[in-house]
Amino acid sequence: MDWFTFLFAVEVAIGGLLSGVMYALVAIGFVLIYKTSGVLNFAQGAMVLFAALTFVSLTEMGLPFAGALVLTLLAMTLLGITVERAVLRPLANRSPMTLFMATLGLSYILEGLAQLLWGTQVHRLDLGISNDPFEVAGIFISTFDLVAAAIAGAMVAVLTAFFRFTRTGLAFRAVADDQFAALAVGLRLDRIWIAVWTAAGVVALVAGLLWGARLGVQFSLSLVVLKALPVLVLGGFDSVLGAIVAGLLIGATEKLAEVYLGPFVGGGIEGWFAYAVALVVLLVRPSGLFGQKLVERF
Amino acid sequence: MSLVTEFSATPLPPRENRLLAALPLVVILAVAYLAVPLLANEYLIEAILLPFLALSLAGLGLNLLTGYAGQVSLGSAAFMAVGAFAAFNFDLRLGLPLPASMLLAAVAAAAIGLVFGLPSLRLRGFYLAVSTLAAQFFVQWALNKFGWFSNGSASGIIAAPAIGIAGLPLSGPVGRYLFALVTVTAITFLLHRIVNGPQGVNLIAVRDNETAARVIGVPVLRTKLFAFALSSAIIGIAGVIWAFAYLRTVEPAGFNLDRSFQILFIVIIGGLATIRGAFLGAGLIVVFPLVLSRLTGLFFDGVADPGTIELLERIALGTVIILFLIAEPSGLSAILSRLKRRLAAPRAG
Repeated sequence: MDWFTFLFAVEVAIGGLLSGVMYALVAIGFVLIYKTSGVLNFAQGAMVLFAALTFVSLTEMGLPFAGALVLTLLAMTLLGITVERAVLRPLANRSPMTLFMATLGLSYILEGLAQLLWGTQVHRLDLGISNDPFEVAGIFISTFDLVAAAIAGAMVAVLTAFFRFTRTGLAFRAVADDQFAALAVGLRLDRIWIAVWTAAGVVALVAGLLWGARLGVQFSLSLVVLKALPVLVLGGFDSVLGAIVAGLLIGATEKLAEVYLGPFVGGGIEGWFAYAVALVVLLVRPSGLFGQKLVERF
Repeated sequence: MSLVTEFSATPLPPRENRLLAALPLVVILAVAYLAVPLLANEYLIEAILLPFLALSLAGLGLNLLTGYAGQVSLGSAAFMAVGAFAAFNFDLRLGLPLPASMLLAAVAAAAIGLVFGLPSLRLRGFYLAVSTLAAQFFVQWALNKFGWFSNGSASGIIAAPAIGIAGLPLSGPVGRYLFALVTVTAITFLLHRIVNGPQGVNLIAVRDNETAARVIGVPVLRTKLFAFALSSAIIGIAGVIWAFAYLRTVEPAGFNLDRSFQILFIVIIGGLATIRGAFLGAGLIVVFPLVLSRLTGLFFDGVADPGTIELLERIALGTVIILFLIAEPSGLSAILSRLKRRLAAPRAG
């Protein structure tokens, strides 16, 4: 392999790592909810769509960036409260699979509602981040990807600090550890769930803005959930760190495979390759790289 | 992580009651085999009964896997696609008669199902559910990418040949309906035998407590793979009916994730681990959008465009799912049982 093909491979890998950050960004929203309530929230993708679409439509109505942001955050909080009241509370103490299927229904509702409210056309979203690549030692890196990675990194840092140093974070961890014990010491489970779903809504908004700036804000945004799922199973459903590592891993292998393996099988393998990677790893470690060892409960 | 926590083994009622209990089934079969072909119009058959039969069968297949064996699959549509495209190729390349190519298509779907069922030996719960998505995306990709599967047609569209058995043409609506009906009846009967036999008990044992099942000597691995293979075969045959009897022109994109979810919804709404649940759920899923579009047409005449109706349909479907999970987790099947008991009560008392 000569120098230039090597450089090209490095460039592909870096591009993959950076897009992996974007996958991880969506996956973190899942992890938040799974960690504290044991629910695999399939509606996370629909929440990404809902948040991004609400934000874009508000800015298109002439609101300034900050105003639209605040209003969208308000909408996501409202959504969190509604979900807790209408879905989680009536389904308390039911099997995790039942709750998963309920979130499947929720994703249908949110997708329909978002598009019914704000229309089905594609919206352009400009965050004012340049998309020009810059060169480092012969390798081209997209500025936008780098900024996105920085934002994702900052969010992970904030979340980690929040979990570790605030009282609410402590409550989150207590609920994640043992719901009954948390209730017994007087934690308000309903409020915590609302807080978690709102936090997941905020993560969805950040992911939605970054993905939306990339792809345009439209229905296909809710399909990023399908990109995040293999990241989740690979990293383990309950590990923020796992989501990041798995996101990077899947992003890089996916891009490398697309470039070096794709031509042999006709291309377009990014739809399933991530799942194949995740499956192979899972066969060795059945609860992901960083997931808690599964304890059978009946 | 079982979906259904209760399993009540009801003792068989005395013989004369069993005959009485079989009466509704006889009436349904009589209507399906005699009244419908004679009386039904083309719209009823083409728009309601054919998709109903195909989806019922797919629901039966998934219910075996999810309801009885407790393994959640999100990739059912992939196996429908495998069945449809396999039957198309057996017909095209080997010139086999329809029942033979349908049987071979079921074998092909079972083989693919077996491969994608292998992770179930190691993975549980959500990890398994997500990994079944691999089947969904891989199969759709392969059918689109390799022109051989669709005999080189653009974007993988296949047109099913006119069907017929032993020189008897069945390409009219009634003929295709009868073909679908006979297939569905036969498989339903077979499945009823299986789930009420020793294999069915094994499936339920694996679902309810895998460790305990292993302790009492249930071959857990074999039972899981059996469930995956049989379920995929049945869903594959549903795909054949979908492609050959209902739509007659299909493309891989028609067997997408939404279709998989639709089949899962049929099982949830109908009732897990029941045979009739698949039919009740499929009935609701097929009729529901038709009723909804009639209703919206009635109330917002001219205001609602097809796009809006589709979105409303999505919202309504999601709401129905959540409502069922909250209010009636055992599905329509449980509602039917309650109705029957209520109707029977005055006679008993």
